[in-house]
Amino acid sequence: MRHGVARFVTGFLALPVALYLFYVVWPFVQAAGYSLTDWGGYSDSQHFVGLDNYVRLLSDELIRKAFWHNVFFLVTVPLFTIALALFLAFLLNVGGREDRAGIRGVFGSALYKVIFFFPQVLSLVVIAVMWQQIYRTDSQGLINGLLIKIGLVDAENPLAFTADPEPFLGVPAVLWWLLLIAVWSGAGFYMVLFSAAMQSIPKDIYEAAILDGASRFHTFFRVTLPLLRDTISVAWVYLGFIALDMYALVFVMTPSQGGPNHASEIFASVIQFNAFQKGQFGYACAIAVALAIFTILLAALQLRITRRDRIEF
Amino acid sequence: MSITPENLGDLSRRTLLRRAAAAGLLATPAAGLLSACAGSEPSKSDDTGAAKSKDNPFGVKDGSAVKVVIFNGGLGDQWAKEDKVVFNAKHPNITVNMSSTQKIKTEEQPKMATQPSDLVMNSGADSMDRSTLINEGAIEPLDDLLTAPAWDGEGTVADTLLPGTVGDGTQNGKFYVVNVAYTVWGNWYNAALFKKEGWQAPTTWDEFFALAPKIKAKGMAPYVHDAVHGYYPRWALMASIWKAVGKQAVIDIDNLKDNAWKADGIVAALEPWEKLVKDRLLLPGKLDHTQSQQAWLDGKAAFIQVGTWLKNEMSATIPPGFELTLSDYWSKPGDKAAKDVYAGSGEGFVVPSKAPNKEAAKEFLRAILSKAGSAKFAELTKSLASTKGSGDNVQDTALASANTLMKNATSDLISVKFPDFYADLDKESQNLSEELMAGRLTAQQFVDKMQAAADKVAKDSSIKKQTRTA
Repeated sequence: MRHGVARFVTGFLALPVALYLFYVVWPFVQAAGYSLTDWGGYSDSQHFVGLDNYVRLLSDELIRKAFWHNVFFLVTVPLFTIALALFLAFLLNVGGREDRAGIRGVFGSALYKVIFFFPQVLSLVVIAVMWQQIYRTDSQGLINGLLIKIGLVDAENPLAFTADPEPFLGVPAVLWWLLLIAVWSGAGFYMVLFSAAMQSIPKDIYEAAILDGASRFHTFFRVTLPLLRDTISVAWVYLGFIALDMYALVFVMTPSQGGPNHASEIFASVIQFNAFQKGQFGYACAIAVALAIFTILLAALQLRITRRDRIEF
Repeated sequence: MSITPENLGDLSRRTLLRRAAAAGLLATPAAGLLSACAGSEPSKSDDTGAAKSKDNPFGVKDGSAVKVVIFNGGLGDQWAKEDKVVFNAKHPNITVNMSSTQKIKTEEQPKMATQPSDLVMNSGADSMDRSTLINEGAIEPLDDLLTAPAWDGEGTVADTLLPGTVGDGTQNGKFYVVNVAYTVWGNWYNAALFKKEGWQAPTTWDEFFALAPKIKAKGMAPYVHDAVHGYYPRWALMASIWKAVGKQAVIDIDNLKDNAWKADGIVAALEPWEKLVKDRLLLPGKLDHTQSQQAWLDGKAAFIQVGTWLKNEMSATIPPGFELTLSDYWSKPGDKAAKDVYAGSGEGFVVPSKAPNKEAAKEFLRAILSKAGSAKFAELTKSLASTKGSGDNVQDTALASANTLMKNATSDLISVKFPDFYADLDKESQNLSEELMAGRLTAQQFVDKMQAAADKVAKDSSIKKQTRTA
């Protein structure tokens, strides 16, 4: 009997595991292998060069630049996305008028949910192309056109958005403009995620808190936030991955893909340049492997920091 | 497989999340990139040929098929379909499988080592790096095509080509790339408007700076260019250097000669561009190529600098009565090579080394370079083909002005090779050209930074060095 179960389970899992090994694990192994060679990407000849690519990587100025830009996104994308999503979710679920014990959303919250979630159904590239029009750098752009009409922006000197490398708070302006899109496109999904989590919090906890005279501010920070801890921690890890990618936005929206003058260079754009423009696939694979290791470490670190005893309700 | 945004699936957030879960929190952002590196396996190309003759110099086998990939960019792909007709008139029993795309590298690069197409038009923003293709032995030398008899029977194929075409396709002493289009670069203006306003199209920077206030008075910006793709302004900057300091200066730059960028006169050659930006003669905004071209067609700017594909690229939105006219880049008094025109062949075809039917690929190239093929090319694209006389029977202001420019040009054509030689220097020069045209660099700073970038490439042992002699 038990033997039969084992066979059934094995038979059921063999194919998915094989597919996973072939399509996910094997390419990783291959890439790691190529990272030790000088493969150019267009032929089947390559030489083993040991750790040369990794040594080179450490002194590559462009990678250092890309690293700090990725770190910027790594800090800001989760921070702003989660803050905005939490704020919206709170308003939509428990932010309504206080006459009914403060446990319902603002008026029309069901409709808002759909609207906020909408960017999520669009592909990131569609979003990028759409924002290209919003960010257009002359008076025909949505933002520039509006600001020029009401006189806030000089038509002779319109906002340059993703073509602007001037630092703002020590970070090139182009990165802030990209951040805005990333947060806009991601907040809806996490709002729905947090909404679901909030709805599973028993209402009597809120009622008890309100009976004790807790204000809405207090119910949020003392009740909602602690009970959402697990969900937020998962969101943080996922958003970390997204922040390490950012490739589509940089590729579609910035001049010379990573410009102007390297102001929006990220890991992925450096990998793309080395692999596909320079024809140094071996080196590009080394960067990709380094990025993979960095990501795994980061995920482990995040999960460890946010680990805590679960609260049952 | 790749991380380019054409693969929408790889980039959507939901896929990302799903894959993150599947990979057990394994480096998701790198997954697409890593798998892009995977997969190369040798394949054998079968060597079957028919008897060679004057009409069939490569011995194309009857009944075989040839796969041709066309870049469907500014020139469209209709002209290539006409070449298919020309080809099949002589070889009715050879099947031509033609496809067109804008994503040459995305689609063809993964196949190069295993199952490539027979003939690939390697062009556009998403094209495969030429030096890499050659260094990796991924494409076939085509010297036998040059010595083969021309399709129409007079002389060899090489005899039919415009000057520069063979040189443009040659690297390390071998001919690899067959460029089928002949492009002339310069400053475009609307002749109808200039006639109406009584403006004289300038030939020198002084004349331009004298005319600029009159243009501005009409509520028009004197100049516009693509400020998103750095190679657009780079054409203009390199043309100025060549005209002012002469051919040898650019050859030295291409050959990474010590302090080539610091040669006398290079800074001075670029100073008019610095002045153009500082005097606010550029249309405000950082527009890309189609946006800037449309702004020019809408009468927001008087001059735009771009190549002869302009007319075809914008054909849908050219207003009635608009006379596209090409004039040479402006020079300064005392320029050493003021009459040299920036022109050359482009839109290159390559034959992959592992293509199964290389003979038919070369034969198809012969058809493209035939009289009928190149005349159709000029007619349909309003651009010159790289064969002699292609534009003689086409009535069009854009093509006619380009033709006139070429007829008055000296035999030395402006050509710049370092972007083809070195991807690093290509990228850096694009970035710095954008910075100069954005007013964030002076001509002097531009030259200093270009010298530093060139020195870096010269010192980098992982980069294979190239030289040009002429």
